[in-house]
Amino acid sequence: MVSVNYYVALSAILFSIGALGVLSRRNTLIVFMSIELMLNAANLAFVAYARTYDTFSGQIFAFFVIAIAAAEVAIGLALVVEIYKSRNNVNIDDVNSLHG
Amino acid sequence: MTQPTYTDFYTIIPFLILIASACLLLVAELFIPKGRKGVVAFLSALGIAAALGFALTQIGASGVGFSGMTKLDGFSAYANILLLISGLLSIALAYGYIKRIGAERGEYYILLLFSLAGMMLMAQAGDLIVVFIALELLSIPLYVLSAISRKAKAEEAGIKYFLLGAFASGFIVYGTALVFGATGTTNLSAIVAKAADGANLGLLAIGAALILVGLGYKFAAVPFHMWTPDVYEGAPTSVTAFMAAGAKIAGLVALFRVFVTAFQPLAADMTNVFWALSAVTMIVGNLIAVTQTNVKRMLAYSAIAHAGYILMAFVPYGNPQVAATAIAAGLFHLAAYVIANFGSWGVVIALEKAEGKGLEIADYAGLSKKHPALALAMTVFMISLFGFPPTVGMVGKFYLFRSALEGGFPGLAVIGVIMSLVSAFYYLRIVVNMYMKDGDPEAEREPWLNFTIGLTAIATVVLGLIPQYLFLLAYNATLR
Repeated sequence: MVSVNYYVALSAILFSIGALGVLSRRNTLIVFMSIELMLNAANLAFVAYARTYDTFSGQIFAFFVIAIAAAEVAIGLALVVEIYKSRNNVNIDDVNSLHG
Repeated sequence: MTQPTYTDFYTIIPFLILIASACLLLVAELFIPKGRKGVVAFLSALGIAAALGFALTQIGASGVGFSGMTKLDGFSAYANILLLISGLLSIALAYGYIKRIGAERGEYYILLLFSLAGMMLMAQAGDLIVVFIALELLSIPLYVLSAISRKAKAEEAGIKYFLLGAFASGFIVYGTALVFGATGTTNLSAIVAKAADGANLGLLAIGAALILVGLGYKFAAVPFHMWTPDVYEGAPTSVTAFMAAGAKIAGLVALFRVFVTAFQPLAADMTNVFWALSAVTMIVGNLIAVTQTNVKRMLAYSAIAHAGYILMAFVPYGNPQVAATAIAAGLFHLAAYVIANFGSWGVVIALEKAEGKGLEIADYAGLSKKHPALALAMTVFMISLFGFPPTVGMVGKFYLFRSALEGGFPGLAVIGVIMSLVSAFYYLRIVVNMYMKDGDPEAEREPWLNFTIGLTAIATVVLGLIPQYLFLLAYNATLR
């Protein structure tokens, strides 16, 4: 059996890639995909730990995260479409009419 | 598996009433003709009032529901009442305003109900899984509400809030995964037991820190505040008022609940983190607010600064002698902030023009001559946010600074006092503009708006003169 530490290390790497992606990429859709990567990294950690502790609650949590991520996608894509309709562009740097 | 019983449902009755009325209204709204969507506002207010009635009967009650998933205690009752009153005030502020800016849709109030339900679930969470679900239930409707007017600025506010909110959710979920990894459970009470029983405290601390980052985004603590001014400025003002009160209450009560219940073993380390977070939030929020000329942005930075003051209440949370009064002071100041918050956003709504003009501080010049009552009310709110007698904001800050001193953190109290003095500059600048400069401001006269402004102004002064009942309520609400 593969030790849980490998799974957790992989999930930490995925989470960091996702967080870096959010901070460095400028296309809204890519930022969005990076956020999904962060959530799925958490799912991996949940499932790996659930096996270590031999309990279902970690897997159930992962299911909840998947369902809620889907709800977030629905809202997020609707907002992106609205932005694209009004500006013909989904680049974050071009969406900056608000500043102080 | 045990079947849920009446006792389980009783713990979250106000939440269930809100969800039920939102679902019913979602269907009923289809049959209400366009142009008469104000009916939905009254029906939503009715649902909130019913929930508020039940929440009031739950003062002093306690219980655990759904195998420890939800909790009912003085703390949740206090938060629920504060949130439901915020919901009623938000509807009163929105009623005329969204008609004026051409965004009157029945969904507005329904989304508000869903978001409010999520906020209440945050306060009642007994498990990290419930914290996460409640957080999303409060956030997703708020993303939509921010963009509901479909103006370019509102859309921008919506997408910014969405991206940073989802980013913050990622931190909370990953933090929860690490806490689960360290203890094998996500139940708040069970985490404490496991932490005392040979759990991996290092992993637990990393998980707690990630959860703190995620919640810090939600209630806008520095350095996680970058979205706040943009979103507060771009979103329709009635949504901003709701967000500035509700999301802040929910984020802070969830932080109280999670850290005081579950992360007690980390208190020694976390105290320093909270000290730094509170100090930085107060300093940055107040100093940047000084440079703002737009009233919405100024109030946004003022909201950030107030998150810093309330964070002061967390600093001594590991010290049992002081923790109870400190948290009571935090909850008291939260109520004081919420009241002045709705009042001041109400005045902003009264002066805002349909095309988004009337939001500069210079636009407030001469308000005392044309609308003396409005100017007087704004003065009361500014004085309360600044913390000067005889207002409730002064009492709240007094309790907070005193609890910081009692907890042994005089440095933090000094920073708080100095930053309050700095805040006088930008709060009183509005008062000076209203009373000492000439101008010709136009204000909208809408009955519900005037009612809200009047009510919050009276509450600010009355609670400032007789604060003991509210403080008693807050004291009974602390987690022990």
